[in-house]
Formats: sequence, structure tokens, C-alpha cells
Amino acid sequence: MTQPAQSTSNPLLQLWRNQESRGVIIQIATMVVIFALLAAIARNVVINLEAVGKDFSFAFLLWPAAYDIGFSPFLEYTNQSTHLRAAVVGLLNTLLIAFWGCILATMVGFVLGIMRLSSNWLVSKLSYAFVEFMRNVPILIHILAIYAMVVTLLPPAKKALNVGADAFFLSNRGFYVPSPVFEEGATIVGVVLLISIALVYFFKRWARRQQDDTGKIYPVLWVSLGILVALPGIAFIATGMPLSWDVPVLKGFNFKGGMAIKPEFLALWLALSLYTACFIAEIVRAGILAVSHGQTEAAFALGLRPNRTLQLIIIPQALRVIVPPLCSQYLNLTKNSSLAIAIGYMDITATLGGISLMQTGKEMETMLIVMGIYLVISLLISSFMNWFNHRIKLTER
Amino acid sequence: MSDTSTNSRYAPGTHPDLPPPRRTTGVLGWVQMNLLSSPLNVALTLLSIWLLWAILPPSIHWLFTGAVWTAVDRKECWALMDTPRDGACWAFIRGSFELFVYGWYPEPERWRVNLTFILFIAAIVGGLRENIPGKRCWLIFAAAYPFIAAWLLLGGFGLEPVGTNKLGGILLTLVVAVTGISFSLPLGIALALGRRSNLPALRAVCVIFIEFIRGVPLITLLFVASTMLTYFLPPGSTFDLLMRVLIMVTLFASAYIAEVVRGGLQGLSSGQYEAADALGLSYWKAHRLVILPQALKISIPGIVNTFIGSYKDSTLVLIIGMMDILGLGRARLNDPDWLGLAPELYIFIALFFFISCFAMSRYSLNLEKKLQTGHKS
Repeated sequence: MTQPAQSTSNPLLQLWRNQESRGVIIQIATMVVIFALLAAIARNVVINLEAVGKDFSFAFLLWPAAYDIGFSPFLEYTNQSTHLRAAVVGLLNTLLIAFWGCILATMVGFVLGIMRLSSNWLVSKLSYAFVEFMRNVPILIHILAIYAMVVTLLPPAKKALNVGADAFFLSNRGFYVPSPVFEEGATIVGVVLLISIALVYFFKRWARRQQDDTGKIYPVLWVSLGILVALPGIAFIATGMPLSWDVPVLKGFNFKGGMAIKPEFLALWLALSLYTACFIAEIVRAGILAVSHGQTEAAFALGLRPNRTLQLIIIPQALRVIVPPLCSQYLNLTKNSSLAIAIGYMDITATLGGISLMQTGKEMETMLIVMGIYLVISLLISSFMNWFNHRIKLTER
Repeated sequence: MSDTSTNSRYAPGTHPDLPPPRRTTGVLGWVQMNLLSSPLNVALTLLSIWLLWAILPPSIHWLFTGAVWTAVDRKECWALMDTPRDGACWAFIRGSFELFVYGWYPEPERWRVNLTFILFIAAIVGGLRENIPGKRCWLIFAAAYPFIAAWLLLGGFGLEPVGTNKLGGILLTLVVAVTGISFSLPLGIALALGRRSNLPALRAVCVIFIEFIRGVPLITLLFVASTMLTYFLPPGSTFDLLMRVLIMVTLFASAYIAEVVRGGLQGLSSGQYEAADALGLSYWKAHRLVILPQALKISIPGIVNTFIGSYKDSTLVLIIGMMDILGLGRARLNDPDWLGLAPELYIFIALFFFISCFAMSRYSLNLEKKLQTGHKS
């Protein structure tokens, strides 16, 4: 790249005009600027922390948290527990809402997406109106509005709506459902269930190999369902039905027994799932439209029945388009669940990043942990996405 | 063989008439095709009509016919209805409208806010209209608009200074959103170019930045802005909270823009890069004249989606105690005169966001169609 005709006496200018050396110069300059910035920030942090008399340590995690968490379904927690325990409770609550949110969002999203493609004009327009309204309004408004609705419109516990069978009650204190009580022998049923899942897996592999070798098709679905229902069912009866239900009963002003789904959880769950479902609906619609009509025609020409066509031709190809954006919607849902703090659902942002931060004054440490946790969740979901993309990648020959 | 056997059943000309094909035109035909084409569709149509019947009339009654539009407080609202809470009390929104729009901006200076809004519309129209005389000047004006607006709103240089804590309501929402949108685009493009650069150090810096920002929720970044950012600055320097929030919102949006633009850059065929190289264009010239115009065109839908997202995300500032339209409205709910009017408030704010976001997404669809020059990859 050096141009002898233009070569000046200035060697620096020559260095700048050479593409490779210029690249090196730019990179060195960038790194110098970045590290200078980081060093300046680090220096400022040290000076500022010293000025207000704080140190940088994670020892506060072992201090007693001294605040209550109303919703801790997995871990024992009192206000004497440590900040660390509060953080773990928060993390579990985040994962809980993300898990159930993703499930409901996927179901509603697929229904809405298919409705949008319906040949029925009214159904398709209804889905369109719902999707456009939900996704053009900020998620925070949905959360606050649904929470306000749950708290103000539902009756108090004393007049709770009996939703069904004297066992499901809806009130502004939450949704009360019976909780399962496992008795002796329940573990045996669980083990049998695991064994039958393994059996189904091996049966499927065997059937697939048989089909590849001989062309004979086995009724995989029915046999699998049979195994899954029959074996645990037999074990359940044989061990003497080791399961009973703890039914919620109204005592005084509130319910005793059973499981309470708190109004905060309910509102956040509905808002997050419906909002995300609308984005999923558009993804599903685009995915199904992306499979060209020629594929269906070719399948029919091969003599496949319509449901086999759907199962073997359309869905696998549509999924290839649907899954990557679907995963990023799951990621968005998980990140949006941090808005729980607005209605007081105790997720990781509300416990560690909210109350613990205020009480201990450890802004740096708490925010580092909270951000680190979200980053890890993001990385896990996106590495799953990469793995899946790789698996279903079109093998071009 | 089969031809002769089927033909032999009827003598020529005696084949009975087939039934006419299903009608596909006119109102009846349309109804038959789109609503009643099969038993399942009939059932779905009936279900949808039942749903609409259950939802629409009560909603219309509550929202319009049964609603009260002028009253001094909620008691008067209820008194004006047949049964209290039978309709919406829009008097609440009307009574607080000035507050919702201007926040606490001082009364005599509000012409500046109005002028900012008018210039905002002018900048949008002038910047986006294709066939407008003096397009170049309009574009320069649109690019300079954020700075003009900052001067008008905050004062200085001949205008009465107004503190940022006086901003609130729709004004604050727009300030956060417009700043985020207008500064994140150039930053995002720069990050995308950095991520695709062949200088490893530059690329690594951009990748780390983008993936970090995209991996954490905006709310944690806002917490950083409100609690931590002062530690990063030289001791003794004070930094306005709004300013810190604006920086975070811009950084957040720019990471998403960067990914969208990167998608556009990857969508270009490598022939375009090679052609630009073959013409002997330098890196910057090639990007300015060949690559970016095409890449940005492909990524317009994604960019507008990101804009809509960052506009909606501007409501999150309420969580760190700033009074945007949502925060101000919620504070207003505690007013004893208007206690418990949450439905009216949320419907009003939802409608405000719906109209602006829907308009943006329609515009992007339009633009997409207009820029579609036919050569899909």
C-alpha cells in the first residue's frame, strides 16, 4: 500500500497511510483511551468511597436483612435471615415468574398467532386488535393496571369468589388453590414416573430406527401416552394413593391451608405473559407464513395426509424460523420481570437491588451482583439458542 | 380408457348442470367466504360476536355515554351518575391535564414548552417528508433539534433558567424518549461498524459493551444512574439526575440499534463490499456512499421497533422516582379529591402511548413499502 510517489520525508505520515500500521495505531489508541477511562473511574470510585467512609466488600451479605418478604415459596425466610438468603429468595422468585411467564406467553402467543392467520375475518381481526393494543402500550402500564384491577375489583377474602369445587377461591389477597400433600410412598410413584419417561425415550428411538430400517411406522404417540399414564397410575394405586390435597378454608379474615398465589404474582404473571404473547404471536405468524405453499403441495403430491404434512413438513420448517426470536422473547420476559419492583413482588431486583441496597448503602456491590445474575441468565438462554440453532440448521448439500 | 368410460354414461349434451360455484363477490359473498365458510368458522364467528357483544356495549357505556366530563372532584362525579362508578370520571383527567402535559414548568414560561412541541412536529414532518423544498435545511434543523429543545426548555443564553426538576409529565416522557432516540442512532451505527471492524481490539470493546447492555434490564442501569454513577465521576462534581438517566437510556438504546444495524450490514451481499473496494473507495467513503445507505434501508423496521421500545421504556424512570406521565399520574391518584380513579388514569396513559406507538409502526410499514426497490435477496 505504500506509495513511493507520495512518500514524504515524514515517516509518521507514512505509517498512518499504511493500512496495517494504521489499524495497529487505531487499536492501541482505543485501548489507551478505554484503559485510561477505566483507571480514572476506578480512581474516582476509591476516592469517593473513602470520602463517604464506605469500603468495597461483600461482607454485608451475611448481615441480617431485617425486612420481610411476603412471597417465598421455596425457602424458609424470616427477617432475621441474611441478605444473602434474601437475594436467593429474590432470585428464585425471578426464575419462578420467568418460568411460568414463558409457558403462558408461549401458549397464548401461539393461539393468537394462529388466530391471526385464520380464514375467518372476525377472528383474525380480533387477534390483530388485541395484539396491536397490547404491544403498543408500555409493559409497566400493563403491570400497574392489572395489579390495580386485581386489588380493587376482586372481593376481600371474606367474600372470596368460589371459583370451583369449594377448593379454588379468588380474592384480593390472592388466588387460593389446594396444595398437594405427599405421603409415604409418593417417592416410589415419582421414581416410576421417571422410569416410564426413560422407557418412552428408548421406545421412540427404537421405533425411529425400525422405521428407518423397515419402513414400518409404529403408533409412537399412543404407546408413549399409554406408558406415561399406565405405569405411574398402577404404581399410584399399588402404593395406596399416597397423595391428598390440603384445601384452603376460610378462617376469620383470611384463608388457612392450601397454596396462595399472591396478587402481585398474579398481576405480574398475567401482564408479562400477555405482553410477551403478542410479540410471540407475530413471530409465530411470520414463521408459518415463511413456509412456502409449495412445501404443502409437494407433501400432498407425495401422498401425505394433512396432519402428517403439518407434523413432518410444516412445523419443523416453521420452527426453524420461530425458535430464535422466540428465545429472545423469553429473554425479554425475564428482563422485564425486573419491573416487579413497581408492584412489590420480591424478585432479585426488589430484594437485593432494592431494599438491601437502601439498607446497607452498598450500591456498588449489590448492583454488581444483580447485573451479574441477569447477565448469567442471558448468557445461558442465548447459549441454548445457539445450540438449538446449530442443531436445526439447514444442512445444505 | 377412463375418458371413454366416464363419457359413456351421458350422451353428449345430456350431462346435468353442476351447481353454481360459491358466490365470492358482493356483501353476501364476502360474508360467506370470510365468516361462514365451514361449520368451524360459523362457530368461531358466533363466538367472536358473543365476545364483542359482552365487551363492547358496557365498555362504550362506561367510557363515553355514562362518563362525566366536568366536575370539581370525584364526589361530584359520582353524584352526576345514576349509580356511582357506573361511568368514567374524565373530569379527573381534564382537571389535571395541564399538570400532565407541563409538569411543574413555571406558568409564565410555558410558551417555551409549547414552542418546543411545535418545533418537534416541524422537525419530524420536515425531516421525514420526501418532497419538501429545502430538504437539506430541514434535515440540518432536525439534527439540531435536540440542542434547540434543550436550550428552550432549560434556558440560559438569554432565557430564564429552569431546573430539570421542574420537568414532568408528557414533557419529561418526550424529553427522555427523544434524547434516547436521537442520540442512540449515531452511537448505535458506530457500535455496529465497530463490531464488524477487522481490528480485534476495537471489535472486542464493542462486543463487550453491546452484550453487557443487552444482557441486563434497563431498570438496573437506571439504578446505576441514580445511585452509583456519582461514584464514577471526579470527586466534588455534581451531575444532574435527569442527565444521568438520559445517558443511560441512550446507551441502552444504542446497544439494541447496533444489533439491528449489524443485521442490516450482514444482510448486504459481499458483492457490494467488493464492488466498493474495486472502485477504490476508502473505508469511510465506501460506507457512506455504498454500504450504509443500503444497510440502513434494510434495517428500518428494526430501527423503528427499537425506537418504539425505547419510547415505551421511558416509563421506567418512574421507578427511580422521576415524574414522567405515569409517575405524575400515579402521584395524582393519591390526591384526596381524586382517590381511586386508577382506571381512568391508566386508560388515558395507555391511549396516549398506543396512539403514538401505533403511528410510528404504521409509518415504518409505509416507509418499508416505499423503499422496497424490488431486489429482495
